[in-house]
Amino acid sequence: MSDEKKQERVGVYVCHCGSNIAGTVDVVDVAKWAEENLKGKGVVISREYKFMCSSLGQELIEKDIRELGLTRVVVAACSPHLHEKTFRTAAANAGLNPYLCELASIREQVSWVHTDKAVATEKSKAVVAGAVSRVVENVPLDEIKVPINPNTLIVGGGIAGIQAALEIANAGFHVYLVEREPSIGGHMAQFDKTFPTLDCSACILTPRMVEAGTHPNITMLTWSEVVNVSGYVGSFSVTIKKKARCVKEDLCTGCAICIEKCPKKVVDDVFEAGLGYRKAIYTPFAQAVPKYPVLDKENCTYFIKGTCKACEKFCPTEAIDFNQQDEMINVDVGNIILATGFELFDARRITNYGYGRLPNVFTSLEFERLSNAAGPTNGNIVLRDGKTTPKSVAILHCVGSRDKNYNNYCSVICCMQSLKFAHLVEERTGATVYNFYIDMRTAFKGYDEFYQRVLDEGTLFVRGKVAEITDAAYNSDEKGRLIIQVEDTLAGKQRRIPVDMAILSSGLEPQHDSKEVGKMFGISCSTDGWFTEKHPKLDPVATMTDGIYIAGCAQGPKDIPSSVAQGAAAAARILDKILQKEVTLEPVKASVDLEKCSGCRICNGLCPYNAISFLADRNVSEINLALCQGCGTCVAACPAGAISGTGFSDEQILAQIDGLLLRNLESVGD
Amino acid sequence: MTDKFEPTIIGFTCNWCSYRAADLAGTARMKYAPNVRLIRMMCSGRLDPTFVLRALSNGADGVMITGCHPGECHYVEQNYKALRRYLLLKRVLKGMGIEPERVKLVWASAAEGARFASETTLFVEEVRKLGPLNWGKDHGPLTMDDGLSHGDTSQSSIVDGQKEEVPA
Repeated sequence: MSDEKKQERVGVYVCHCGSNIAGTVDVVDVAKWAEENLKGKGVVISREYKFMCSSLGQELIEKDIRELGLTRVVVAACSPHLHEKTFRTAAANAGLNPYLCELASIREQVSWVHTDKAVATEKSKAVVAGAVSRVVENVPLDEIKVPINPNTLIVGGGIAGIQAALEIANAGFHVYLVEREPSIGGHMAQFDKTFPTLDCSACILTPRMVEAGTHPNITMLTWSEVVNVSGYVGSFSVTIKKKARCVKEDLCTGCAICIEKCPKKVVDDVFEAGLGYRKAIYTPFAQAVPKYPVLDKENCTYFIKGTCKACEKFCPTEAIDFNQQDEMINVDVGNIILATGFELFDARRITNYGYGRLPNVFTSLEFERLSNAAGPTNGNIVLRDGKTTPKSVAILHCVGSRDKNYNNYCSVICCMQSLKFAHLVEERTGATVYNFYIDMRTAFKGYDEFYQRVLDEGTLFVRGKVAEITDAAYNSDEKGRLIIQVEDTLAGKQRRIPVDMAILSSGLEPQHDSKEVGKMFGISCSTDGWFTEKHPKLDPVATMTDGIYIAGCAQGPKDIPSSVAQGAAAAARILDKILQKEVTLEPVKASVDLEKCSGCRICNGLCPYNAISFLADRNVSEINLALCQGCGTCVAACPAGAISGTGFSDEQILAQIDGLLLRNLESVGD
Repeated sequence: MTDKFEPTIIGFTCNWCSYRAADLAGTARMKYAPNVRLIRMMCSGRLDPTFVLRALSNGADGVMITGCHPGECHYVEQNYKALRRYLLLKRVLKGMGIEPERVKLVWASAAEGARFASETTLFVEEVRKLGPLNWGKDHGPLTMDDGLSHGDTSQSSIVDGQKEEVPA
């Protein structure tokens, strides 16, 4: 430390936090020690107080800054993630640059994790000494303000994305809604009924889809995918690939004559879950939004054999264009919501359940299509042969969920979904229904009442995880049927229950490409692959990357009401940003001292945000402050020491190391 | 207690994962060895190996470097850079005659308070077994003339003074 820096006047404030800190740390001793022993570091006053974060505590600090002319403040209290902002604001109120105030955590990192009061007190002194040494090296920083582009990009047109789009569009701001399938609607469009009210999924969803599709503030880009994202909060630049539909959207009226005339039938693996057919030119379902069909080049007779063109011939508006190419669209937006949803767990992975091998084992999505009035069987619940009505049906919960061989987490919706299936089977076929469950989870409004209703309807519940579904019969009753082998944990015995049909309530999994998508948008995924929220409780729709929000199942398994709530919440957060017109960024950035830079370019490849560029004419590297996120990797890598990082400079960290080591633990416990 | 060697350990944490793991350990009142003193950085990629050497030369018996799990870095992939530097650093330490085991890299996500606590306690025991890092009275063979700012000499003397009490 130079002589000039020794003139700093530091105030130290040690918080009792009631008994949270004072119960384990002798705060009076810490404060006294700091005043006596850290004078050389510039400490002129050291106080302790019951609750520093209270308005009286803050006033104490503000008063000292004004009256004692403090130039630096250290508050020894809780984690900086909790109250750093509080105390920095207090410092700013008293006219001190907020970045000249440091928090020393002696609660989360000391009093709550240690038990020996003497040891905890000594450690607290070290932590305070570290913070004091560091704060002296702090430099005043100015917050960086950047303007917010009022446009928003929403990726994923399921119910969460639709809700978010409508909220923002209705507030008067423009939304780009990107969906990779031909229609918006997501998984909800595939369902027949929704629990627990049993209202028809299409009846409540399609009006929202139409509203989104016709809204003047929403630009809908279906059959499209985001391929590149650059920039930062307030001004992202996004490249979207609009895949060729082979249909001119400006001419198409959605009359569907092309679909009717197309001679080629294809098994629909996506929307109909493999149970039904679609044409080579198709819309996934009747109420699809937008109404324009998509031509599936891989299956189109013209693209395979070079002849046919039935669709073109019959199209009344000449909207078919076989030569249409993929189009790259660039849009500028200020904020982004990822509502990319989930994928169903592939039940084939659990081979002992026989899905894919035993014809009458169905997945939950297959059953949704089977029970859907607009589905391949017009809502008739029948076996794979397409005609036999089952007399007994087994519904297996937790398939691929709560299972350490597959996914440890609970998929949230399966219990309620299985109860809904039980009700529908009972109502439509009168079959005997068995539910095989580990635990019934029917939290939330109206859910447990629905469970009671299904119980009253006579559905049978067997508590136990099914070991196997087999067609190997032991007796004539089992012959030709599926036998459910299960340990009934309530009765305490093994059971073999013959049924005609088995439905696997498959769990939810992240989209297969969620990690790549996360990387493209600069957000992280949990080890399971779900997008990580900023705070699991207090900030569930924001992410660690400013300007990127998440909603719906992309963040984790959830039901429709929660997805809608998250979509609306993310929209509200963005509207708040848009209305502020500009956003304040933490001034934690790296910068290059061009005098010291040798032009070695080691830093160039290290930056994940491409913020560092090489100026060939001057033979130096330069950092774009707007792109820099402040990780500091380049600072650590620069061999010439030419790059410095604000907020976490070499000087600050080295000083903190030295401060922390001022006292060693050896003196404790004598 | 007086006979037992209590190592001093500096822990480098990243703002997004491991420091939050330490926060979580605190919130959940998990107990771990009090020998570790934490420094928060924005990212494990910020870790200049010089920091580790500085800590070891100024009285730390071990250094724990923590960051996000591979693939979970808040800054996309900077923890991999920390990993590379860590591996190189261990070789350098060996060359200097310092046990490479005095420096340890631990991944801990923001949800892994329990892991942070148990890894910390484990590392403290590992360093305790190694014994104090003895530099000798004249403050060791390292010259830290690396162009970075140095602490004043008064604090080093305190460290040395305390070091002398350690039974070798």
